[in-house]
Amino acid sequence: MSELPSLHAEPGRVVLSGCWTLAEMLPNMPALQAQLAACSATTKHWDLSAVTRLDSAAAVLLWRTWGSSWPASLAISDLHRQSLARVAELPVDIPEQTRPRRGFPEMVGALLLKAMANLRGMIVLFGQLLLDTAYLCRHPRDIPWKEFTANVYKAGAQALAVTALVGFLIGVTISYLSALQLKSFGADLFIVNILGISIIRELGPVLVAVLVAGRSGSAMTAQIGVMRVTEEIDALSTMGISRSIRVVLPKIFGLTVAMPLLVLWTSAVALFGGMLAALVQLDLSLIYFLENLPRAVPMANLVIGLCKGVMFGFVIAIVACHFGLHVKPNTESLSANTTSAVVTAITTVILVDAIFAIFTRQIGVPQL
Amino acid sequence: MKPPVIELRGVCASFRGQAVHRDLSLRVDEGQIVGLLGGSGSGKTTLLREILGLLRPESGSVHLFGVNLNDPDVRLQRDLRRRLGMLFQHGALFSALSVFDNIAFPLRELRCLDADWIRRLVHLKLAMVGLEAAHGKLMPAELSGGMVKRVALARALALEPELLLLDEPTAGLDPDRSQNFVELVGDLQRELGLTVVMVTHDLHTLAGLATHVAVLADQRIIAFGPKDEVMTVDHSFVTGFFGADRRKLL
Ligand SMILES: Nc1ncnc2c1ncn2[C@@H]1O[C@H](COP(=O)(O)OP(=O)(O)O)[C@@H](O)[C@H]1O
Ligand SMILES: [Mg+2]
Repeated sequence: MSELPSLHAEPGRVVLSGCWTLAEMLPNMPALQAQLAACSATTKHWDLSAVTRLDSAAAVLLWRTWGSSWPASLAISDLHRQSLARVAELPVDIPEQTRPRRGFPEMVGALLLKAMANLRGMIVLFGQLLLDTAYLCRHPRDIPWKEFTANVYKAGAQALAVTALVGFLIGVTISYLSALQLKSFGADLFIVNILGISIIRELGPVLVAVLVAGRSGSAMTAQIGVMRVTEEIDALSTMGISRSIRVVLPKIFGLTVAMPLLVLWTSAVALFGGMLAALVQLDLSLIYFLENLPRAVPMANLVIGLCKGVMFGFVIAIVACHFGLHVKPNTESLSANTTSAVVTAITTVILVDAIFAIFTRQIGVPQL
Repeated sequence: MKPPVIELRGVCASFRGQAVHRDLSLRVDEGQIVGLLGGSGSGKTTLLREILGLLRPESGSVHLFGVNLNDPDVRLQRDLRRRLGMLFQHGALFSALSVFDNIAFPLRELRCLDADWIRRLVHLKLAMVGLEAAHGKLMPAELSGGMVKRVALARALALEPELLLLDEPTAGLDPDRSQNFVELVGDLQRELGLTVVMVTHDLHTLAGLATHVAVLADQRIIAFGPKDEVMTVDHSFVTGFFGADRRKLL
């Protein structure tokens, strides 16, 4: 029915007719509201008997116009009186939906408390991991080999291409920039030392950690988070399968194993990129580079790089799993926690890297 | 002569080569309350998704209110969608929004109603489906299965749709609530002349509400008509479904 809602004001009387529904009112809403408001104060008699349809949006509009009470005289069909009665029955003082506004100090406090809670959660997760490991040592049959290898494959093998690409480009860039500087000092040969130490000891592990945190860390959080949203985790527990042994533990150990391997691979590719750039820029032959690498870079650096890989992998996985397990069953929380997981993982990795740097400052740097 | 509210002609749909609908036709006129019956997995939800335009049939056409769903006019399509309300089988509530905001969301999207109006409307809808104002603050994850259904119904009713599609609206409700539901939809239909298509397996809802029955079997609508006519159709699904209860419905 497409009779437009219309309003006809006579002295002391208002006649409404047509189809008073949200869809019909929408096109000229402001005009209708203005007309109603103009009538509301002066008029006592309302004639709605010519109204063909009256939906609840229109009923609310009329009820508001009347100042939340029945007008002195009202002509209306029983059917439509019913829709108005529904509105009339609503409690008058509907509670306002307001969120308390927070001041700056409160926000800082809340942030601190949240950080503490997260730290605590990760410590609890770590404790659970130790207990699970102890349990698995006593019951080796329960070790989730399949999940473990799947995680090594997903986080490690499938990341080979992207880490190689990024590593290669970074190697080329650093080598190129260093070569420009070294050339002006005539210290071309030191390119081997600079590239070797910086890539093997520092850049390789951190680069891989950042890539893996974005790639596998977010995937872990999202996967565990969705399993929580869809109650799959609960279904697992109901079958007597421990979620920490089946879901969390293989992820953490998988990444802890895959990371040092990725670090080794990426550092190698980055060095290769650096060697190529040195060949082009400084005319330094590949043979020379490879022969001098072990002399310029003591073995300790490689060990430090691999240890960092192990640590970073562990940190990323535990952060990711922690945030995944604390996803609330809604999409907003899922996205917030995935973001937090990646940001926290990268920040923690850099922090751990700094601590490493302090404790290993005496080791592996050739004293000239 | 007004065009039918829903008109499907020769619709075919399949998933991975498995036909779900084959040359399916259905015509629903204004003011009808159609109960859609069919075995589990017979493609009832898929049919509703085709009517909503969420799933494009491989062949055949879908017209709503005389407008082809494939019409390229974006505004026309948007206005068409506003005339529909859908209650999804699993609620499909926005999990990040509270119950109140879930129902207020489509109203706010109109950008025409002020906050007080929206608040009153939301509470009206909540009261209609038998929820209290205090429930408005809850998040979807904090609701029981039946409450999810009722909030979803309130949201489907928010825009005062002319066509209401309900996917198993009374599954998970206690008998009292389903009776309330039957009365609510019946009242709305009388007041606003709604057209309703509902998937249901509940004979009580069917008996109390439906004016027409459509039976989906063998990938087609094998029977459509007033419910007492459909009950006499000679098809294994119909006789199996109504079987002993035939008299109760009449
Ligand atoms: N997204 C999808 N992908 C593949 N198959 C589907 C999909 N949705 C539904 N199906 C299949 O289509 C058939 C009909 O499903 P549906 O319409 O949900 O049944 P019901 O009548 O129980 O609502 C089922 O066999 C189902 O497996
Ligand atoms: Mg279904």
